[in-house]
Amino acid sequence: MADPVLRLEGVSKSFAALRAVQDVSLSLAPGEIHALIGPNGAGKSTLMALVSGALAPDAGRIVFRGQDVTRLSVAQRARMGLGRSFQVSSLIPEYSARRNVMLALQARQGHSWRFFHPVSRDRSLMDPAREILRRVGLSGRASVPSAELSHGERRLLEIALALALQPAAFLLDEPMAGMGTEGTRQLTGFLDGLRAEAPILLVEHDMDAVFALADRISVLAGGRVIASGTVAEIRADADVRRAYLGEEEGA
Amino acid sequence: MVEKRREWTLNAVLAIALFAVPLAALWLDEPFYITLATRVAILALAGVGLNIALGLGGMVSFGHAAYFGIGGYVAGILAHHAFSGQPLFLGLSGSNQMLVIWAVAMAISALAALVIGALSLRTSGIFFIMITLAFAQMIFYFALSWPAYGGEDGLPIFLRNQFPGLNTMRGWEMFVLSYAVLMLALALFAMLRGARFGAALMAIRQNPARAAAVGISPFGIKLTAFVISGMITGLAGAMMAELTRFVSPAMMTWQMSGELIVIIILGGVGRLFGPVAGAGILVAFEVLFGGLTEHWQFFLGLVLLGVVLFARGGLIGLLAGRERHG
Amino acid sequence: MSLALILEQLLNGVQFGLMLFLMAAGLTLVFGVMGLINLAHGSLFMIGAFVCAAVAGVAGSFWVGLVAGLAAAAAAGALIEILVIRRLYGRDHLDQVLATFALILILSEGVRMIFGPFPLYLSVPDALRGTLDLGVVEYSRYRLALIGFGIATAIGLWLLIARTRLGIRIRAGESDREMIAALGVNIRVLYTVVFALGAALAGMAGALVGAIQSVQVGMGEPVLILAFVVIVIGGIGSIKGAMVGALMVGVIDTMGRFLLPRAFALVLEPAQATGVGAALASMLIYVLMALVLVLRPKGLFPAHG
Repeated sequence: MADPVLRLEGVSKSFAALRAVQDVSLSLAPGEIHALIGPNGAGKSTLMALVSGALAPDAGRIVFRGQDVTRLSVAQRARMGLGRSFQVSSLIPEYSARRNVMLALQARQGHSWRFFHPVSRDRSLMDPAREILRRVGLSGRASVPSAELSHGERRLLEIALALALQPAAFLLDEPMAGMGTEGTRQLTGFLDGLRAEAPILLVEHDMDAVFALADRISVLAGGRVIASGTVAEIRADADVRRAYLGEEEGA
Repeated sequence: MVEKRREWTLNAVLAIALFAVPLAALWLDEPFYITLATRVAILALAGVGLNIALGLGGMVSFGHAAYFGIGGYVAGILAHHAFSGQPLFLGLSGSNQMLVIWAVAMAISALAALVIGALSLRTSGIFFIMITLAFAQMIFYFALSWPAYGGEDGLPIFLRNQFPGLNTMRGWEMFVLSYAVLMLALALFAMLRGARFGAALMAIRQNPARAAAVGISPFGIKLTAFVISGMITGLAGAMMAELTRFVSPAMMTWQMSGELIVIIILGGVGRLFGPVAGAGILVAFEVLFGGLTEHWQFFLGLVLLGVVLFARGGLIGLLAGRERHG
Repeated sequence: MSLALILEQLLNGVQFGLMLFLMAAGLTLVFGVMGLINLAHGSLFMIGAFVCAAVAGVAGSFWVGLVAGLAAAAAAGALIEILVIRRLYGRDHLDQVLATFALILILSEGVRMIFGPFPLYLSVPDALRGTLDLGVVEYSRYRLALIGFGIATAIGLWLLIARTRLGIRIRAGESDREMIAALGVNIRVLYTVVFALGAALAGMAGALVGAIQSVQVGMGEPVLILAFVVIVIGGIGSIKGAMVGALMVGVIDTMGRFLLPRAFALVLEPAQATGVGAALASMLIYVLMALVLVLRPKGLFPAHG
């Protein structure tokens, strides 16, 4: 296997008495979709925050593109090529869809220290923004403030922002949340093609999507990785059934 | 789009009105109104400065009077030394050239904003408000107790400083100068807002977590905005000192900081001409009600309370609707 | 410079710090429970002083005035909370700052309308006139009483919060609003009570301090801003932080004003030393605040995370 793009080595994080993430090691190889699943409270959100840089681990190391990023900020990791989407859509509410994407593009292009040239006439932002919105199917909604977009459109704009960063790895936190059957089906198809651009670390509750997309699955329970393997291996794993899939079937 | 056009019309009306009123006063030989319009222009300029930090960047600085006062004192101190002929320090002399004074005023207020901003921006929200207020109070007390330049009594500027090609002692010419500087500052504000810097700054105000997730570090952008903001308010302070030919610690009281925020709120937070509308309303209120009752601030308080509770967009928001960033 | 003089200044600093604590405690409670920044807290300090001075003048008793001042501030606080402040919970800080700034304008002018433009004078109660011999130093009885008052109030406040039902509700309110709703507590009433409690503390401080300075419009805001410094140093929402911060600010400010001009007198000529010393002394506590910010951005005793 090629060198992983992203590697977690023995990462732990506690909040007071709660050990949210304990000694987690996992990796993301080029071209793969690595899904993280687990019941609520398993530590998925904390783990995502650790990878994105929103939280600093108490122990362990995070290596991204061969570099130790454990002490780097969210913005620094993003500039290195970590493209993330949020579990609950987190956009710039007053900005139109287009300006949201343009913001990501300007950050990608290096810096925001241009004081005079208007962004509305900046072709190096306008043109790629149009292309990215077309790819996610939001061309018709480009001028609508993101606060006024529908839930599904906001989920797509989240993906568009990650795309705009031309990342070395995607970090997608429940992209399917609240998308509906048809939306989920379309997005599944889209993400399937995306792995060719950059590998995806995917947290997702929708098991159909996970089983359809994932090359590898890691199961988190009680802050630990209790199983890791291919779709078939995870389906067959007894621990996983007990900890997680059993719940799903019962629900 | 309709809103945008309506805002531009409103801006044009405000810009023309601010010029037409003193022009008419010049015609009718009413110098009082020329001075009043100059005051509006300079207060609006100070407001434009604060609007960068507060309106675009969402940094509620309750200490912008510090930069206003620093600018004022730079003008006062340089003029004082130019007048007395005593060197300032290290053999440097004072100056009676506005351009020199403005440059120094902007440099020193920028420096103060850099230090205060770097410390205050380590925190956010309510802490930021209290800390900016406290640092402004520190500079206020320093000015009050430092005896060399008048302390509590302030420092007069005996002769208004000079500007090439103008007779600044004439009210009308002083107004035109202030108006021109205000328009330049508004142009700068509009450019900053439209450029990448403004895009990043406004994004940080609305959703810092998202800005960071696309790779924009908030601290540097906010600090830069804070410094530019303090610099423009400092320039306004220097000009106000010229207008009143007097500087005193009163320029940096917490009330002055509050007034600057009020100017922006009355006009409309983050709106290009918000400070112009706000300064106009404030000065008009002071003149109209100040003539009727010595307790006019009581009524200002009521109006302000009403605006905060019921009309949050200020005058421009009321007339031109909400702002959009297409 | 004798030991007695230093001790006297030290006591002055403690007394000043305890009065600041009364202000800061109310501010920090209101922030901790309701998440509100209240600039008009200084106006409540002023109301306490004015009502105390006016009532003491009529009734001929400082103590009657003190009770009246405290009650008036609490009543004004409750009224303000019901009419205005209540609408500000959940609004952003800018709205809170502006609305409470508007309240300062209204209350200051309101007091001026009622009591006229001139300062009022409040004299120290007869029983506390003069000085008391503490062995090393003769110290003002009244200021000693203020120290006693401050300590007693701090203990009372601590007992209130740690030991009573109201205190349990306040502490619950600081950690989780939904939880206190679930406990069946009427949040509206709780908020009004907490605000009135903070107002009463501010009014008491105003009335007590009113006897050693002139009672005038605008007396509250400088104290308010110092209370902000106290909170920044102590950590917002923390009563313990307010106490530690208040004592630090009180003592350092007082000692700085006392010692710095004398220190500069060793190297500069007297007139200059007084000026430079006084100017730098006025900046000391803000330097302290900046240091705390650099080392502990959330204050010495952060209450929230």
